[in-house]
Amino acid sequence: MHELGIANSVLEAVRTEMGLHPGMYPCKVGVRIGEMAAIDQEALRFCFDAIILDTDLKALELAIEICPRRHRCHDCTREFVVQDYNSRCPHCASFATICFSGDELELAYLEVEEYGSSTVGAKSSQ
Amino acid sequence: MDRVPLERKVLSENDRVAAELRARFQEHDILCLNLISSPGSGKTSLLERTLETLPRHDCVAVLTGDIQTENDANRLKRFGFPVKQITTGGTCHLDARMIERHLADWNLADLDLLLIENVGNLVCPSSYDLGEAIKIVVLSVTEGEDKPLKYPSIFFKSDLLVLNKIDLLPYVPFDIDAAAENARKVHPGMEIVKVSCLTGNGLQEWMTWLEQRRAARKTHLQEIVSR
Repeated sequence: MHELGIANSVLEAVRTEMGLHPGMYPCKVGVRIGEMAAIDQEALRFCFDAIILDTDLKALELAIEICPRRHRCHDCTREFVVQDYNSRCPHCASFATICFSGDELELAYLEVEEYGSSTVGAKSSQ
Repeated sequence: MDRVPLERKVLSENDRVAAELRARFQEHDILCLNLISSPGSGKTSLLERTLETLPRHDCVAVLTGDIQTENDANRLKRFGFPVKQITTGGTCHLDARMIERHLADWNLADLDLLLIENVGNLVCPSSYDLGEAIKIVVLSVTEGEDKPLKYPSIFFKSDLLVLNKIDLLPYVPFDIDAAAENARKVHPGMEIVKVSCLTGNGLQEWMTWLEQRRAARKTHLQEIVSR
């Protein structure tokens, strides 16, 4: 439901970052979304495509990496992916495990290209 | 083609404002709680019962969020504590900037408990840090015991589950043990209190939880001061 706001924040961050790269344009923005972040991937894509439509960033690609919920065991220090909400350590059966990943809502990277470069995907209007 | 690392939160602007709020709350020894639930689970009723119980001289204030109307603020104002309605005009959650704006004309030095009632929604509020110390999720027994599995994020991020409307348990097919088990599946060790805001049943346990958190905060602050 709030994916439009998230998409806007991603786009704002892209525009801010592009201020630091004169003569370049953005081709792809990478975001990381944790499975516990309450973000629907398809809704985010839909909103993102809707807000770049008919703008100078219409060719910008959104790359989404989904991050599973990962816990670290306090007792045996090993890390594991939590499946079916079972946060018990699969190695030593300890219940003392701590979540360290799965809540991401992060901007990972931005791919930028020089204006006038011949790379496929560069906008024809440039 | 160059790849530029960004490595920051998508909601970094919200998180920045939330961090400022958290620092201000700490500076003024304020315990801030963010109450989240579906519409109609009983957040406002829980606040009514809470304000009714607290002594009149207590330094408590409430911010209550809704998409439209001043109804909740009007319900809560009659207890004499400062209450402000945040009408979002369509937005399905509160964000840190709304909190900052609505706190602007309150003197934080006069407060030690700030209760925030979020917009009724089990999804979006979980993404927005408001600078609170603790998120509380309210679930009523008419909603189904599998809600923690269907909406894991908010149960994962909340420290306390308030199971409300337990007076209706004889009339609805709600397995309260399964609800608790599901909540703890998503969030091991989650604290749970069972209440009826209608009959008052279980509210003592809620008030005890609240007072313990307030006391723990004061003790913690005294420890910091005496270091």
